[in-house]
Amino acid sequence: MLDNLTQRLARVMKTLRGEARLTEANIGDALREVRLALLEADVALPAIKELIAAVREKAVGEEVIGSLSPGQALIGVVHRELTRLMGEAHSGLNLATQPPAIVLMAGLQGSGKTTTVGKLAKMLRETQKKKVLVVSCDVYRPAAIEQLKTVAGQAGADFFPSTATDKPVDIARNAVDWAKRHYHDVLLVDTAGRLAIDEAMMKEIADLHSAIKPIETLFVVDAMQGQDAINTARAFSEVLPLTGIILTKLDGDSRGGAALSVRHVTGRPIKYAGIGEKLTGIEAFHPERMASRILGMGDVLSLIEDARKGIDEEKALEFAKKMKSGKTFDLNDFKDQVGQVRKMGGLSSMMEKLPQQFAQAAGQLPAGGEEKAVARIEGIINSMTPAERTRPELLKATRKRRIALGAGVQVQEVNRLLKQFEQTQKMMKQFSRGGMAQLMRGIKGMLPGMR
Amino acid sequence: MFGFLKKSPAPNPTATDPAVAETVATSAAASWRQRLKSGLARTRAQFGGKLKTLFSRGKVDDELLEELEALLLTSDVGLDATEHLLYQLKMRAKRDKIDTPEAIQRALSETMYDLLLPLEEALDLSSHRPFIIMIAGVNGAGKTTSIGKLAKHFQAQGRSVLLAAGDTFRAAAREQLQTWGERNNVSVIAQQSGDPAAVIFDAIAAARARGIDIVLADTAGRLPTQLHLMDEIAKVRRVIQKADPTGPHETLLVLDATLGQNTLQQVMAFDKAIQVTGLVLTKLDGTAKGGMVAAIARQCPKPVRFIGVGEGIDDLRPFKARDFVDALFE
Repeated sequence: MLDNLTQRLARVMKTLRGEARLTEANIGDALREVRLALLEADVALPAIKELIAAVREKAVGEEVIGSLSPGQALIGVVHRELTRLMGEAHSGLNLATQPPAIVLMAGLQGSGKTTTVGKLAKMLRETQKKKVLVVSCDVYRPAAIEQLKTVAGQAGADFFPSTATDKPVDIARNAVDWAKRHYHDVLLVDTAGRLAIDEAMMKEIADLHSAIKPIETLFVVDAMQGQDAINTARAFSEVLPLTGIILTKLDGDSRGGAALSVRHVTGRPIKYAGIGEKLTGIEAFHPERMASRILGMGDVLSLIEDARKGIDEEKALEFAKKMKSGKTFDLNDFKDQVGQVRKMGGLSSMMEKLPQQFAQAAGQLPAGGEEKAVARIEGIINSMTPAERTRPELLKATRKRRIALGAGVQVQEVNRLLKQFEQTQKMMKQFSRGGMAQLMRGIKGMLPGMR
Repeated sequence: MFGFLKKSPAPNPTATDPAVAETVATSAAASWRQRLKSGLARTRAQFGGKLKTLFSRGKVDDELLEELEALLLTSDVGLDATEHLLYQLKMRAKRDKIDTPEAIQRALSETMYDLLLPLEEALDLSSHRPFIIMIAGVNGAGKTTSIGKLAKHFQAQGRSVLLAAGDTFRAAAREQLQTWGERNNVSVIAQQSGDPAAVIFDAIAAARARGIDIVLADTAGRLPTQLHLMDEIAKVRRVIQKADPTGPHETLLVLDATLGQNTLQQVMAFDKAIQVTGLVLTKLDGTAKGGMVAAIARQCPKPVRFIGVGEGIDDLRPFKARDFVDALFE
């Protein structure tokens, strides 16, 4: 639905074909497209202006090298600048203080503060072996304290009880005392969601900050936020000395321009990204990947991670052992491999993560066609006897006819499958020492319509 | 305890006092318009303020249109709706020979009004009993809070309400709904854990047995990319149909007005899964813009049933295009 930057630029750049370098004159129109694309990705206007200025400066005089088109060269510059503006690579939480290290969370309603507290607690406990105490200063929203208590239980962190009749500052002070007396390494302080224009509430969190003097003050922001993100972030950073940002709900399909806006106005590093509702769903922030996402360039790295997650480790090991022991690759293995592809969310979900130009090429295939092809392969193999599966050379005309009948396909389809299998088998022999990733790539190439 | 007690010096005691909230609810529309305006004050400050300086130049030239484009885009109106609005404005300016700042402002406000008017469609609750309303939305959109406010709103109209705690996933979501139930004196059907569809099925049966007018069914927040959760909510809808073949009579999607262009994808994805029949826009008091309404009107029009303009229990009101546009442009 949203026009992707690459496509947009391709339109403008048609007139630019053959230019050897980017100049002030020939990138004017293109930069306008960049601006619109960024607006569509919800990047705030002041942040865009700064970016465009930087890109203009860097792009002019940039040589168009090799096989790149001027458009691609420009996107390269935009991507580099975006990455730069979104800050250095991951910087973890700063806990270097006399324990307890206090972390204060702030943000709008529904930005994901409480869930993030749970995720941080679990991460600190499990990866850094910290003793973590959490406390909720949200005395307003019904059952907010209850929510944190449940989340803390799931994360295995200690929970400091509070009630809705206490004052937030008192709760926080008591929690700090408790943490000191019980030798907690980290205290995570959850607060109520608040609007930046609500002066009383903003004063409350400022008071809270000066009462407990946290070493980290984290601003939690929803990746789906629109243009207003910049105003909200500015208002919070004026009241609170923020030390970092956490971007939540990054598993959605928003382009996440808010990341750039917030980073632009606060100048603070984006420390973590929240992904999914499970407590394990937190990971380091990668500026590069975010830049690709904002530009609609697809998230190839996530695809690779998905591939890793989707593959059944045990099965892969078993398979590797089998290959090493010299046993040949048979139709059973072929079926397993096809099943693995399906497990990764099917080909169409893989397509979605590819950069748009590839996805488009794939989109020309009949919808759901790949899915059907995978199911058909499984169907044909299922119609074979165990002996046929382990010794495909048995398959002659009559057997093939029987199988085709059983699977409800034409004999040609069975032949096609066998040809694909033979190719895969050949490849397996080459790759018998290669890694799983190589293998997957091979399989993908083998499927009908994917070549 | 109560959200509205936070604002220590209540600007308007009659509007925030729960005891007289009912009378406010039924009082003249003028006071509502006042409240909407104050709720949208920041929207107006941002939008209207900039507009005034823009319009003071007076002519409809390319430069003005370009700045208007940027202005609309930064208000989350979105590219498509912005182009549409500007095209309409240009046509209008040409046709009516507009050249004064006031007239341009009026023309833009009329264009916006024309765009938003189809979204103004009140909810007809009288067709079925119990009238089953299913609530869906992404995480943190304000579903449960909106249900609390809706319950209050329907009660003020003299209807009986039952809440179904269908968010069985998030920690303490059930308790949150139960607190809202206690505040409004409304019974809440909940189960210790388990299947959201089952909870809602029970609630519909209970509503029928007790002769309740309206069932408000809460669901867990979910992002449209979580396909298994989208399947789950489609199932909830099917189970509601099993309990009552005519239901759900209204499927409300709760949208956070501070979100950007992703809102459109949300409307489309939820519509595909559960056939959305109406929208609730929340947090309009906090955002500086309300532009995404225009984007929705352009690209996937669904009636906006209610808008939330404050944290008080009666700050959720029916959407009126005229009031909304007036509040934006005044």
